[in-house]
Amino acid sequence: MMRVLISAFLLVSSIAWAAPEGLSAEDMDRYHDLLEELRCLVCQNQNLAESNASLANDLKRQVEDMIRAGQTDEQIKTYLQARYGDFVLYRPPFKPSTWVLWVSPFVVLVLVLLIAWLTLRRRRAADTPAASIDRDALKRLLDNE
Amino acid sequence: MSRWLLLAPVFVVGLLIVVFAVGLRLDPSRVPSPLIDQPAPAFSLPSLRSADQLVTSEQLRGQVTIVNVFASWCVPCRLEHPLWMEWAESSDVPVIGLNYKDAPRDALSWLARHGDPYAAIASDRTGDVGIDWGVYGVPETFVIDATGRIRHKHIGPLDPTSMAREFRPIVEQLQQEPGS
Repeated sequence: MMRVLISAFLLVSSIAWAAPEGLSAEDMDRYHDLLEELRCLVCQNQNLAESNASLANDLKRQVEDMIRAGQTDEQIKTYLQARYGDFVLYRPPFKPSTWVLWVSPFVVLVLVLLIAWLTLRRRRAADTPAASIDRDALKRLLDNE
Repeated sequence: MSRWLLLAPVFVVGLLIVVFAVGLRLDPSRVPSPLIDQPAPAFSLPSLRSADQLVTSEQLRGQVTIVNVFASWCVPCRLEHPLWMEWAESSDVPVIGLNYKDAPRDALSWLARHGDPYAAIASDRTGDVGIDWGVYGVPETFVIDATGRIRHKHIGPLDPTSMAREFRPIVEQLQQEPGS
């Protein structure tokens, strides 16, 4: 029963907006890929495919119209970028204003590796054999517990 | 080496304080517009007041103008509306209304109730011109210079403070530029 409900719900939610009709299979793939990569400006943590905001639906229609008009993915992205900025792309271009965004994860990775290496090297240098364990003393302690 | 390591937490915390002090002050819902300093996107739309007349982007040339995107369904628009009524009385900079995704009848009765500060009103029923202008949240307000370039964009409703401290000075400064 639950499974039926869930699939019914998923079906309804997937047809909440009108999917484009009459696009070739290839264009349909492009359409869906583009919607995945474009951000909804109203609900900013969703892409266009996920969002049901009025503006998102307008932009979906815009993407559909541009695909129908034979525009390339690049042209469509440039069109939206010119109006809404790099923010509309989930994969913003690599340029001075986005250098920090793209490079900082790698800088952090290098830093962490460097710190780990230094720490390990220091520890190895300071490594002294563990003090031999007095088994009788240990046993006494455990028994007391 | 070890003394340097002791300072590391202090350094890291300091860095985090700077990151949060800056980051938490930014408003992620305000996306900077790439249209700043670009020519205002061209449009030609029916006038809201009389559908057989056109309001076009040509009307944004020759003097500093303001384009205010509004709709009768937009609640924050009502908040800033008195400021535009006041503006229309006190300033000679015309405010062009872009009525965004609205039924003309609703828009007209909204204006009849709250007052009409607009020099002209373009009716963008489909929202296509809105997309061209990069509109994503109503109300939005653009300042266009005398050459027809967008020079400033305010997203969301203006309040008396932002109007007096930010918006009006920008408009007045643009009026000083040659050509206006």
